[in-house]
Amino acid sequence: MTSSLILSSVTFIYGFAGVLYIFAWVFRKPAVGRLGTGAALIGLIGNAAGFILRWVESYQLGFGRAPLSNLYESLIFYALCITLVYLAVERRTANRVIGAFSMPLAFLAMAYASLSPNISDRIQPLIPALKSNWLIAHVVTCFLGYAAFAVAFGVSLMYIFKRQAEPSRGGQMPPVETLDELTHQLVVFGFLFLSAGIITGAVWANSAWGRYWGWDPKETWSLITWFIYAALLHARLTRGWRGRRIAYLSVLGFAAVLFTYFGVNLLPGLHSYQSTGP
Amino acid sequence: MTSPSASNGVTDAIWKLFASIQLTIALLLSLAATSVVGTLIPQNADPAAYISAYGETLFRFFWVLGLFDMYHSWWFQVLMVMLAANVIVCSADRIYAQRRILLVRRPRFQAERFRKLPEREAFEDDRPPSELQGLYAPVFAKRLSAVQVEPTDAGFLMFAESGRWTRFGVYAVHFSVVLLLVGGLIGSLFGFDGFVNIREGDTVQQITLRGSGERLHLPFAIRCNDFSVSFYETGAPKEFRSSLTLLENDREVLQKDIIVNDPLRYQGISIFQSSYGSVPSEEAVLSFTSQATGMIYRREARIGGDIVLPENLGVFVLRELRHNAMFRGRSVGDAFIGTLTPPEGEPEEIILPVRFPTFDRMRRGAVVIAVDEFKERFYTGLQVNRDPGVWVVYAGFILMLLGCYVTFFTSHRQVCVEAVRRGAKTRVSVTGAANKNKPALMRRMKQLSQALKESTSP
Repeated sequence: MTSSLILSSVTFIYGFAGVLYIFAWVFRKPAVGRLGTGAALIGLIGNAAGFILRWVESYQLGFGRAPLSNLYESLIFYALCITLVYLAVERRTANRVIGAFSMPLAFLAMAYASLSPNISDRIQPLIPALKSNWLIAHVVTCFLGYAAFAVAFGVSLMYIFKRQAEPSRGGQMPPVETLDELTHQLVVFGFLFLSAGIITGAVWANSAWGRYWGWDPKETWSLITWFIYAALLHARLTRGWRGRRIAYLSVLGFAAVLFTYFGVNLLPGLHSYQSTGP
Repeated sequence: MTSPSASNGVTDAIWKLFASIQLTIALLLSLAATSVVGTLIPQNADPAAYISAYGETLFRFFWVLGLFDMYHSWWFQVLMVMLAANVIVCSADRIYAQRRILLVRRPRFQAERFRKLPEREAFEDDRPPSELQGLYAPVFAKRLSAVQVEPTDAGFLMFAESGRWTRFGVYAVHFSVVLLLVGGLIGSLFGFDGFVNIREGDTVQQITLRGSGERLHLPFAIRCNDFSVSFYETGAPKEFRSSLTLLENDREVLQKDIIVNDPLRYQGISIFQSSYGSVPSEEAVLSFTSQATGMIYRREARIGGDIVLPENLGVFVLRELRHNAMFRGRSVGDAFIGTLTPPEGEPEEIILPVRFPTFDRMRRGAVVIAVDEFKERFYTGLQVNRDPGVWVVYAGFILMLLGCYVTFFTSHRQVCVEAVRRGAKTRVSVTGAANKNKPALMRRMKQLSQALKESTSP
């Protein structure tokens, strides 16, 4: 399948972009950073092309469907969202050090999808539970939210790093106030989409299983994530928390995102079609 | 922050507690932390399974804490109710505290406050302030609301605002959380959640409720006309389809095929495709091949019935259909079990796997028995429930998304334009304040000052 081939090469392009961003930051070479942006853009185009091609290929196999139905496909889409959100942030802040903290995450998502022996890249038809118009709305909103939280995590790490490192390393980073504000904006964006993701999931569950909420582990973990980010937003907006405490909460929130995404597969539940099986 | 309803010390203290954001943050993080427990301990499983997993002592401890149905335990419900109370009291308290901003017809503007603001756009004009005032008024009226003009010693001040209603966005989100909890409560008080298995061709009117296991009589009967399951080439299931007919007093009122994600709804009751299975079949067509003559005799057999075989081969009794039958320690799938009693000799147990028709040859008996025809009869597993609270919950969903958008991406802006005559020129400055999103305010101020300049050019 051509799409898998394209997507495997995107893994290396993302990895390369991450290396360029880190190199540019560590050795203070802005020109290399610009190359990093170029690589990230090429990766993004390849990622989108692979995604669309996989969609087309599913039609050629006779059961056309959006490529958003298993762990491999969701990781591909996650990497796409992370890169998209990151490049939007880079455009707005004109700072490429954020790339050194964000593109490795996109690379890891792609690498996990492409290289893990436990994840199949075969295009499988949809099982009955997934045959719904809500599939696309649910997955797209969730992963845009997760991607914003991933970049927020990267920015929070920068905040914590900048506070501890000697000024020379942190000097190329935006000021801490900007990092703090950026974390907040990304969390706001992610929170809106996570809410939409949970809501579309609930409406879907109601049409498929007759209940909008069942305390299934994945549902519960998405709610745990929602609680953590809701606490962060309240702490910042009304208690005036800034800086380090917000950064730590953002890191905690992203840990919950990761558990919602991967950890829950270790627990029994309705989302078990996401399991890594053959 | 005090409130009018706080009269004495105790209620005052309680009101203050529930009006605090510290409590909100503590509740949100406690709900997050405790919710983890219910995902690690399987919920609503068999007590015996718990005892073997955790041992007697730990089992009792968990039982007392309600950890086996944690999300319905009293302490988790208390946390949720506290969050709801917190949200309501907090919102009421803040609306009261901001009543002079939120709930007045004409907002009050203070010139001093705007004069101190550092962000400003400024330019000069040849015309006197009195003429500018007339030119600016329509620009203000078009873009903003609550326009007010105040004359000053050497010119005028013009105030206006926009988006005051957006301050209610956060209260919409808070109210949506209350709607979700109320909707959930309505569902659990006035709804039900049950299941029923119906064999093809059968009609039922009673379902079993989840949790309690009680039986519930429906206002209509459900008949399963047919159930079918189809598979992809890979072996993965493609579609589960039940053809259902609803009957009221033996009269057919509705007929519909349901599949997963496409349920049937009637009189507020929803019927979902949830599982399926096959019913132990009572009948099969068996073939008996005589080893002596090579003749094949086909006979219909019923569980419990006996067949006298020709050629004096004996009597065969079909005893049961066994799922996942074992033969010498290996599974042979679904198999009929029968007993063959030859004219002379001991009765012998015969295993007839449905999938392997030549299986009985291994026995090397005088007659080889095989299952020729075996029709599986399916039953469909339906989820049947009623949830009158679902529309309240959906209203909460919509309100939450709209409220989040308004809270995060819109703001309440106030602007002030001051025109002061200095010699032959009039100096015009535009200042503004917003409750959030300062960059957007700066852009709006630039646009406004541009529009004001354009309004004076012919």
